[in-house]
Amino acid sequence: MTLTLGHYLTLGAALFAIAVVGIFLNRKNLIVLLMAIELMLLAVNLNFVAFSHYLGDMHGQVFVFFILTVAAAESAIGLAILVLLFRNKSSINVDELNELKG
Amino acid sequence: MSATLNASTLLAVPLAPLAGAILAGIFGTKMGGNWIGRRLSHTFTILGVLIAFILSAMTLKSVAMDGARFNATIYEWMVVGGLKMEIGFLVDGLTAMMMCVVTFVSLMVHIYTIGYMEEDEGYNRFFAYISLFTFSMLMLVMSNNLLQLFFGWEAVGLVSYLLIGFWFNKPTAIFANMKAFLVNRVGDFGFILGIGLIAAYTGTLNYSEIFAKSGELGTLIFPGTEWLLITVICICLFIGAMGKSAQFPLHVWLPDSMEGPTPISALIHAATMVTAGIFMVARMSPLYELSDVALNFVMVIGAITALFMGFLGIIQNDIKRVVAYSTLSQLGYMTVALGASAYSVAVFHLMTHAFFKALLFLAAGSVIIGMHHNQDIRWMGGVRKYMPITWITSLLGSLALIGTPLFAGFYSKDSIIEAVHFSNLPAAGLTYYAVLAGVFVTAFYSFRMYFLVFHGQERYDQNPDAHHDDHHHDDHHGDGKPHESPWVVTVPLVLLAIPSVVIGYLTLMPMLFGDFLKDAITVNSAAHPAMAKLAELIHGPLAMAGHAFSTPPFWLALAGVVTAWYMYMVNPALPAAIKRMAQPVYTLLENKYYMDWINENILARGARLLGVGLWKGGDQAVIDGTLVNGSWKVVGWVAGIVRWFQSGYLYHYALAMIIGILVLMSYFVTWPTLRTVLGL
Repeated sequence: MTLTLGHYLTLGAALFAIAVVGIFLNRKNLIVLLMAIELMLLAVNLNFVAFSHYLGDMHGQVFVFFILTVAAAESAIGLAILVLLFRNKSSINVDELNELKG
Repeated sequence: MSATLNASTLLAVPLAPLAGAILAGIFGTKMGGNWIGRRLSHTFTILGVLIAFILSAMTLKSVAMDGARFNATIYEWMVVGGLKMEIGFLVDGLTAMMMCVVTFVSLMVHIYTIGYMEEDEGYNRFFAYISLFTFSMLMLVMSNNLLQLFFGWEAVGLVSYLLIGFWFNKPTAIFANMKAFLVNRVGDFGFILGIGLIAAYTGTLNYSEIFAKSGELGTLIFPGTEWLLITVICICLFIGAMGKSAQFPLHVWLPDSMEGPTPISALIHAATMVTAGIFMVARMSPLYELSDVALNFVMVIGAITALFMGFLGIIQNDIKRVVAYSTLSQLGYMTVALGASAYSVAVFHLMTHAFFKALLFLAAGSVIIGMHHNQDIRWMGGVRKYMPITWITSLLGSLALIGTPLFAGFYSKDSIIEAVHFSNLPAAGLTYYAVLAGVFVTAFYSFRMYFLVFHGQERYDQNPDAHHDDHHHDDHHGDGKPHESPWVVTVPLVLLAIPSVVIGYLTLMPMLFGDFLKDAITVNSAAHPAMAKLAELIHGPLAMAGHAFSTPPFWLALAGVVTAWYMYMVNPALPAAIKRMAQPVYTLLENKYYMDWINENILARGARLLGVGLWKGGDQAVIDGTLVNGSWKVVGWVAGIVRWFQSGYLYHYALAMIIGILVLMSYFVTWPTLRTVLGL
């Protein structure tokens, strides 16, 4: 059995689905939320790399580098916000963070 | 057009009384700090009216002798969409006659007021009002356009309101002035609709321009109906006249207006203001001539007023109310004459009536002074001995009123009756009998009052509720005997008695058949031949008086006098017996045909119910409830649902995003395929 594009895409979709479920099921920890977002980005990256490889186009892999960079920066900022949030609220419990409620 | 009149002279006529009114009204009252006293106040106002009278008399002379006419715009107020609003004067026979009547009666009333209002606190205010009234009335009669007529019309209404409620501490007076104002609003509503229709269809408010277009106006149909437009216009205008000239069913305010001081009852509610409606219809004669329906309507209303208001005069006990109902009845006569197309006869009766009715009112006022403000004729009697001048002038006035040959009222009233007799309108048949019966009624109530006041036993001290009618100055009652009034009161009586006797004799031929009113009044003799036939009948004042003895009005009037004499002098028990026998009729008359009851309980209450209905249903339910409150409730309701999405939890927002992406993606992915499959 050889690995085809379909396998990679299935893996990417599965990763993305896991990330989405992670966002919804998670009620406790904001860090898990961030991790789920990272996982989503990784799923996207996987799709990019797979398409790039099978279509023979290097642009896709260049995009992956950009996305990784941006994701690193985003995680840094996200974690920084998280730290500040914890200082203020003494909690990172997602269920207690509903101050956006109108 | 042999001679013209000077515009500035004409302008001075209304402005002189206005100047007097301003001086007395602002500087003679608290408003301007009581700068000028009583003597100066009455001097200024009398001077103003005197100037107006002299100028009016000169105008009348040049109009009557030299045939002078004036019709020009003095000042253009504004132009709105081609509709000019102007102040201008139209002086012809009709105007000149009205000017003289107004200023003369006003002058008499001004002089009389010095005596009548002597002890009143509002002395200066009263003079200011009556001068203001003179100004307004002159603006009304001198106008050459409908706008200025309407201005004068409303201004006299306002002064009438102020003067009826002159004793503003008296609740009945305040009630009466509100009533007068409101009833007049009903009439004015019709009047302004009529003016609006004229403006809409002719595009002008100027009399001569309107009359120039009356031919084409007469052929139009009121949109959406089968009525002639001219009929609608004339009836609308006449509704205005009904309010101002107190015609049935808008007559209810006039008897109550007697709450005001007597001089204004004479000036406003007998001689001048109430005749404004008659004047207006006569002025609009070119329009009325085009509509037989309107003329019939006018005649029927006049006949009802003339006869049924006369009946009410019979049972009244207040001396002023008797004269008030007599005024209503006489206004009915004038209206009947208008309906019969005998406009000049109506105006003639207007003039004679102004003199003798002002005289009767002022004489009644003189009696009231003499009786120490008792107005109930049941507690008078034998006043003849104590007040000889008042007695003689009252007798002359009453004789003129009932139509004694050679007196003023005879010529005008008999001309009206004959004009109705000759009228070919369908309404004329019954109207003729109504006005004939009215002659008897007039004679009866006039002489009932005359005998009760001036003859018979003295009954002053039998009044069970003496001083019932007193207002603030009841300081010197109790000496019982009446006394003759001071000269300022009796001189106007004498001066008014002279025209009451002779004016009819002197002016019968020129007013009715001469050129004096020819260009002011238009009669279509082919369609309405009453005037033409009248001209064949009447050859001169003396011949007419000689002829009177063979006509029914004379004998009816005599019968009225004799009946009154028998019932109140010879057999005073008879009226009470009749009253017992005809109790239902008496009750009906006592309650004035229940007109007040209908107005208060059906019209006023109905209007209130309608108002409450609109308030609760329209305002509170629809506008406040549905539109105003409803809109915020809908917004709140929608927001209540939408707020549920704003939970504040990040994962809810993320879910919304994901679902959105899913929906959009499935749309974009599946729709092109779906479309080809479905063949769209």
